[in-house]
Amino acid sequence: MSAPAIVVAGLRKRYGATLALDGMSFTVRPGVVTGFMGPNGAGKSTTMRVILGLDAVDEGTALIEGKPYHSLRHPLNHVGSLLDAAALHPSRSARNHLLWLAHSQGLAARRVDQVIEQVGLTSAARRKAGGYSLGMRQRLGIAAALLGDPPIIMLDEPFNGMDPDGIIWMRGFLRSLAAQGRAVLVSSHLMSEVQDTADHLVVAGRGKAIADAGVADLIAAASRGRVTLRTTAGTHAMRVLAHAGATVAATGRDTIAVSGLPADRIVTLLNQSAVPFSEVSAHRATLEDVYLELTREAVEFRAATHTEVPR
Amino acid sequence: MTPTVTPYRPSQRVGRDGFLQLLHAEWTKFRTVRGWTVGTVVAALMVVLFALLAGVSSNQKGAPAVPIGPGGEPVTDSFYFLHQPLAGNGSITVSVSALKSSIPKGPGDLQPGTVPWAKAGLIIKQSTHQGSPYAAIMATGSHGVRMQDTYINDTAGPPGPVSAESPRWLRLDRSGDAITGYASTDGTKWTKVGHAQVSGLGSTAQVGLFVASPPAAWGGGTAGSVSTAVFGDLRVQGGWTGGEWTGEQLGGAHSPTFAGYPESASGSFTQSGGRFTVTGAGDIAPAVRDSLPTGGHLRDILAGTFAALIAVIVVGALFITAEYRNKMIHLTLAASPRRSRVLVAKAIVLWAVTFVAGLVGAILAAPLGERLARGNGVYIFPVSSSTELRVALGTAALLATASVLALSVGAIFRHSAGAVTTVIVAIVLPYILTAIPFMPASVANWLATVTPGAAFAVQQTLVQYDQVASNYTPYYGYYPLAPWAGLAVLAGYAVVSLAVAAVLLHRRDA
Repeated sequence: MSAPAIVVAGLRKRYGATLALDGMSFTVRPGVVTGFMGPNGAGKSTTMRVILGLDAVDEGTALIEGKPYHSLRHPLNHVGSLLDAAALHPSRSARNHLLWLAHSQGLAARRVDQVIEQVGLTSAARRKAGGYSLGMRQRLGIAAALLGDPPIIMLDEPFNGMDPDGIIWMRGFLRSLAAQGRAVLVSSHLMSEVQDTADHLVVAGRGKAIADAGVADLIAAASRGRVTLRTTAGTHAMRVLAHAGATVAATGRDTIAVSGLPADRIVTLLNQSAVPFSEVSAHRATLEDVYLELTREAVEFRAATHTEVPR
Repeated sequence: MTPTVTPYRPSQRVGRDGFLQLLHAEWTKFRTVRGWTVGTVVAALMVVLFALLAGVSSNQKGAPAVPIGPGGEPVTDSFYFLHQPLAGNGSITVSVSALKSSIPKGPGDLQPGTVPWAKAGLIIKQSTHQGSPYAAIMATGSHGVRMQDTYINDTAGPPGPVSAESPRWLRLDRSGDAITGYASTDGTKWTKVGHAQVSGLGSTAQVGLFVASPPAAWGGGTAGSVSTAVFGDLRVQGGWTGGEWTGEQLGGAHSPTFAGYPESASGSFTQSGGRFTVTGAGDIAPAVRDSLPTGGHLRDILAGTFAALIAVIVVGALFITAEYRNKMIHLTLAASPRRSRVLVAKAIVLWAVTFVAGLVGAILAAPLGERLARGNGVYIFPVSSSTELRVALGTAALLATASVLALSVGAIFRHSAGAVTTVIVAIVLPYILTAIPFMPASVANWLATVTPGAAFAVQQTLVQYDQVASNYTPYYGYYPLAPWAGLAVLAGYAVVSLAVAAVLLHRRDA
């Protein structure tokens, strides 16, 4: 195993009455795309700001290649980041936006033109960035992250505002960055965006990492002991199986996920109650399922606090 | 298991970790936002534009010439002069047994009063032309005996007022260009008051008695006064032989530096036996701003500074608050985690850019405005070229330092409207308040001492004279602090704000 690129350990941060981070810990390794997943408010952006030394924490550490961010002398040579694609002065051209950033690291203007070409903005480089679409701003933000050619790339919601072509481009791009040996950390609140892109997932909920594992391991764990039932009498079937102690959830128009009961017992129960069904099979979980399962508790908790404590 | 990978080796050469890189980055930021460069150019243009307007809009063509002293400075040279030409070297002696002044309390209503710098004594003057060189010894309203020469020199003699019970004897000796003044309380025991080298008196000078009564200054305004003195024991000796005395108001009834006699008063003299009673008004002294109300000075030409200030304050505040508004501050601080260095780099770039713009504006504006105003007959108080350079450099430094103050306050507030308002209130408001003529001198001087508006002192070119009572307030162009001391007050505010901003920037989440 190679040395970790980013190590986040026990981050705790409170904003007034809100506990934004509650023991967030995970590791980002080089050569893979790490998806940083979680519902809005789970602490993803705060964690990224802490990694970049922008926000201070009450407890915990975040280290870049073993060192705190603020000790890096040319940080953009170590970590390239995109926190907010809108973070630019609207009347500055894209090229000039990258130019000041390059100058701050002692990089030449030639490098600016390289990264502009890399993200496909060459023809629009001298236009005011204020006139850019959100998708173009995301590309500009990626260019800024690539400026120092860093071994670590960290992007917060880079798919926001991208058209389908852009999303496909972005996925390929992230994979190619990881293939070059870079560590890539990408946050998203939608699993569909990083599907087939991330090799490793960190799932955040309520300020901590509730999962930190490889995608294959997560799917295998979530599939265990679950059965998919295909039936036209969904309501009836769910009532019968729930009564027998199973956990049931509708996953489609005529499919139900069942856990807590073996497949042969389900068949017996349905036959006894004369519920028609067309298929009972061992469940193969999708990444989406894994994510929903993991974050359900976090979302429910947030929904509850929202109703109880109006803000 | 995560596969073993070869960590990425960056291709980008790591440059030196230099503060110069930060300066370069901040300069690139500044020059690539058109609004900021335009705002800075507008500031410079404001200075020039106001100077042009001040020059073009003035019109004093045909106004009588301002009397100019031997040193090139404007003077008041209007007093009652009882004189005769005396050739060669000699000596003149007189006693003063009364000096009483009257001040108008209303139209035609003259009341006895004290005029501290009312003057009665002896004078040797090159000629009766205004501005000609002289030396004089005199009794004054409340400053005792003085010896004065060439308009600006003043030496104190025996103190105390004159009266019939306590007269003063005065004496002037001429030996070539050397004039020596003596005073006595009994007419026999003399003490030397002072000695003056007065060049240009000529072989034959006008010698005699004079009475002057400068306007009394109070409450921000002035009122013309008139004084009457009683002289006795007038003797010319030591080579001089006396002739006929001629009495006249020097410089005529009106002069740009003389407002004239109060209503129902006029200059005169009467002689009975050895006694001369002389009534006069006016002064023989350097001109000050309110004794030359039609004159202008460099600060008037550079009045556009306050408009330029507003522009540079807005640009200075936006240079940081724009980063907070659009969250670019995250990128800035991620690129440069040592935050105070970012703030200092911003301050240096902003100061330098604004200084250059302000200097170009002031260097163009001052001579242009002066030339136009003089072409329209306006008298501009003269300044040396080193003073003119100081005003130009000082104006540029004033604008630059104000913009850094705005930057610092912007970094503290993280909001442009609040920062701009605060800094304008701190600098421009005191400037406007001190421009109110009826503002009490104590309030105006306090404002020009403790607020950042004290920096306008750097534009002062007028000189205060102890021997001229006047309204020495910022409104008239006189500041309580020396030019660079005034600028230092603003610089102090800027440095303290910058330090507070640096601490907050370090402590707060970005």
